[in-house]
This record gives sequence, structure tokens and C-alpha cells, in this order.
Amino acid sequence: MLNIVNKSPLERSSLESCLRVARGGALLLIEDAVYAACRGHASARAIVDAMQRMKVYVLQPDLEARGVDGLVVDGVTAVDYGGFVDLVVEHSRTHSWL
Amino acid sequence: MSEAAAKKFMLVNRRAPYGTIYALESLEVVLIAAAFDQQIALAFMDDGVYQLRKGQKPKGIETKNFSPTFRALEDYDVDQLYAERESLSARGLSAEDLLVPVTVLSHEDLGALIEQQDVVLSF
Repeated sequence: MLNIVNKSPLERSSLESCLRVARGGALLLIEDAVYAACRGHASARAIVDAMQRMKVYVLQPDLEARGVDGLVVDGVTAVDYGGFVDLVVEHSRTHSWL
Repeated sequence: MSEAAAKKFMLVNRRAPYGTIYALESLEVVLIAAAFDQQIALAFMDDGVYQLRKGQKPKGIETKNFSPTFRALEDYDVDQLYAERESLSARGLSAEDLLVPVTVLSHEDLGALIEQQDVVLSF
């Protein structure tokens, strides 16, 4: 399962809900959710913990747009739009935590 | 549609019923998918558990009460309803407060159930 989260974890609880329920597979952070993967963010700890059971990806153009592309925590993989498509193909099922 | 083509759908309802349109839209998707003979499960977590609260009376806010639709879902062969235990307890709710029978699951068991689906839609 590819889990996709697109909201800031300090504004909405979707990342927290996803991490509470998702058993494994992959997590892709896009749009305002990319802040969660940045060093110093309140959610970075939860992302590091999540990496023990799932692969974590973040969308590079969304990082760059927000000026935080140099802050991604170790172990999180940045992907471009082509990489986003590859992840969708690779996982066959997606769950967008709107 | 043949039996073999039926997919396992799960709708994950995570929002309270009247503040946004999500809950009502989710129910529309359920009825459409059921009309196409798909296998449908509904999960309620976070504020989504409030959708099943007994005694909803939205007349005063000029909004249609769609909560009785949950009781009619059996007629559409939609009988798999699940609620996450942690979400219920965080809101002081138990299964008896809900207007339909649900299977209460831990977050681990709900996660495992989501993994068994062909299509997962979050509302």
C-alpha cells in the first residue's frame, strides 16, 4: 500500500492517523505534508519511527517550492514527479489520506 | 457485472458529519459502488465516528439528516461496518452510542483490514 499525505501535520491530523493505522508499505509526503520530513519539525520524530516499518518518500518539487529541500531527515527519499508515478505503479494500491 | 469483477472497496470515514460535505459524499460513493455490486466495507475513525452517533437532529441547521441511511445499508448488502476503538474512546463513545451495529477494531486490526482491500478511499 502506498499511503499519500498532503496536509501539514500541525494543521490536520491526517499524518498522525495514517501513521497510527498503516501497517507498512510506503508513505509519500506531498504538498504541505513535506514539512513533516524536515529536521527540527515536531513530526520529524514520528517520521523517523515510521521508517522502521515503512519506506518514506517526499516530493522534491514541493520541498523546493517551500525552500526546505536541504532539511530532509536522513533516510527519507526525495522523488520527482516521475518517481511519484513509479511509486504508484510499484504499489498497485494507494490510500490518499485526504 | 460478473462476480469475478467485484472488487473489495473500503471507505475510510474520518470527518464529522455536518461541518463539511465529506461524510455525505462518502455515503453517495457507497450507494453507487453498491449499485455496481462491489464488495464494500466502511471504516470510521477520527471524527468520522461521529457520523454514526445516535440521535442526530440537524433540522435546526437546515441540513438533511442522512444518518438513517446508515441503517438502510443492509438493504444494499453493505454490512461490513468498522470503527476504530481509539477514536471512539477519545470521544467518550462506545458501540452502544452508535445507530448501527459495528465491529470495533484496534488501530492494528484496522490497518490489517485496510491491507486486504483492492481500493481504499479516504473521506
